[in-house]
Amino acid sequence: MDKTWNNKAWFLVLPVLVLVAFTAVIPLMTVVNYSVQDTFGNNVFTWAGTEWFEELLSSSRFWEAMVRNLVFSFIILAIEVPLGIFIALNMPKKGWGVPVCLVLMSLPLLIPWNVVGTIWQVFGRNDIGLLGYYLNAIGIDYNYVQDPFDAWVTIIIMDVWHWTSLVVLLCYAGLVSIPDAFYQAAKIDGASRWAVFRYIQLPKMQRVLLIAVLLRFMDSFMIYTEPFVVTGGGPGNSTTFLSIDLVKTALGQFDLGPAAAMSLVYFLIILLLSWVFYTVMTNYDAER
Amino acid sequence: MARIDVNNVRHSYLPNPRTDADFALREVHHVFEDGGAYALLGPSGCGKTTLLNIISGLLHPSHGRLLFDGKDVTNLSTQERNIAQVFQFPVIYDTMTVYDNLAFPLRNRGVPEADVDRKVRETLEMIDLASWAKKKARGLTADQKQKISLGRGLVRSDVNAILFDEPLTVIDPHMKWVLRSQLKQLHRRFAYTMVYVTHDQTEALTFADQVVVMYDGGIVQIGTPAELFARPRHTFVGYFIGSPGMNVMPVAIEGKTATLGSQRIELPGAPKAGSAALELGIRPEYVRLGREGMAVSISKVEDVGRHKVVRAKLEGREIAAIIGEDDTVPAEPKVRFDPTGINIYADSWRVEMGA
Repeated sequence: MDKTWNNKAWFLVLPVLVLVAFTAVIPLMTVVNYSVQDTFGNNVFTWAGTEWFEELLSSSRFWEAMVRNLVFSFIILAIEVPLGIFIALNMPKKGWGVPVCLVLMSLPLLIPWNVVGTIWQVFGRNDIGLLGYYLNAIGIDYNYVQDPFDAWVTIIIMDVWHWTSLVVLLCYAGLVSIPDAFYQAAKIDGASRWAVFRYIQLPKMQRVLLIAVLLRFMDSFMIYTEPFVVTGGGPGNSTTFLSIDLVKTALGQFDLGPAAAMSLVYFLIILLLSWVFYTVMTNYDAER
Repeated sequence: MARIDVNNVRHSYLPNPRTDADFALREVHHVFEDGGAYALLGPSGCGKTTLLNIISGLLHPSHGRLLFDGKDVTNLSTQERNIAQVFQFPVIYDTMTVYDNLAFPLRNRGVPEADVDRKVRETLEMIDLASWAKKKARGLTADQKQKISLGRGLVRSDVNAILFDEPLTVIDPHMKWVLRSQLKQLHRRFAYTMVYVTHDQTEALTFADQVVVMYDGGIVQIGTPAELFARPRHTFVGYFIGSPGMNVMPVAIEGKTATLGSQRIELPGAPKAGSAALELGIRPEYVRLGREGMAVSISKVEDVGRHKVVRAKLEGREIAAIIGEDDTVPAEPKVRFDPTGINIYADSWRVEMGA
């Protein structure tokens, strides 16, 4: 059969193409442009080739920030995912408790990130912070400004407080989609609480969990605002994650070339990991 | 296997039921005999599934008691009641293999692995999935999934009863026959107490020894398929069972004569009825179409294969008659009611006729 080729359809796609070009492609190419040049201001650029990339990949500062960031992502995933599942499992499935819980769960997600940072920055202070003051009052030596361990604990608790809700909401959505008949059948089959979780609830949550893990990983890998507001990357460099390092380089030192190279490397890492997740998810689908 | 006594069970899904209309199950008092095959038949929303879930313990009745072999189980959990139940839509454990799905109810009860293996293999043969044993259950078709659900219901041989909640809804018509006859065979072999919920009369009549017809939260009649056909206790049973359903028409009765408009119909006996609203019910199978009797006007003739269904108007009321495949409709059609097929209803309930 002859198809009528109608190229006018491209006009329908055009607005989106233009939008994507201006918001993604052009900025990205600008970054690529910067990453291979050197500048000393005055808009004078000289060709630098792969110099910035070589410098970055051989710098211990970069690898330390990378390790710090991976450890951070791993810890918050290890806390938020099980905790999120646990809360979702214990949320009411019907009645007036549902909207109450959903609103309570959504609240942290609605707070702007810098405000979350400010809340915890003040909350943890030793002089006026509710948490910091009383922890010290009962004899626990807590000071996130000086002690790297305390700084980490603060940032991790803050992230858990801020983002566990996301995991909860996604898991809850997966849970409420399970028909009652499954639970009834499990009762008939004499399944234990654990077996119900293992063979009914977990499989149904598997897909949303993948999405939750993906989102939480990407977000935590690019985390900037909250730790920047709370600790500013300190004490020392103990909470300097990749993005904080990047901003220090780009804006603090105005080293556009190295900063652009860093951005590209992060971009590639995120791209690679997203691809891995995507492959895992589609493979899982194909298996069905 | 057990005898199941349902004693004055009432159930409401509302927290504070007041009127009868608040009850999904108004009052059920019935004994399911040990080893019997029962069908609960009725339209959607009549309370069949509610009754089934009360027996299996998934629901706790608002009133009444439940006895298994004379032992009160009203407050026991589903697990303690040791019941198998198959649901309308397939419930399978996605991540397990077909084999593990069937083994699940046994393993949960700590049955030794050797027995599990023997029982599961037997059941796999029965539901014709032996070659699928090692497959993951999630890749199967809806048919096969439902067979697994059935299999999980049948794999335990020590259950008190097996309950089926419209289990063949999602199955192919051809497969329905096969599975139904397998269930029937199983019943004969092992004498399970089986309760089968359905809204399909063919299914109910072929499966069960005793059909329990439910309507609006109560049981209206319990009987063998033949009894339900010949002597429907309630006009609803008359309508619901049979295809087409029973003809029911309001009549006035004096002695052994019923008056329908200008027509007089001789009854086999005098009904013992007071001043209630009286109706005459007759199945299309007992309406004789011919050249004598009451004049009717034919509206249409449906050829359903084995026989023809004649739709006609008698005294302005629709009636149906069944005639043989080769019979023809006469030019001036008239109908006669075969007296053996006449039932009289007072306020929708059947009344006996005296001599």
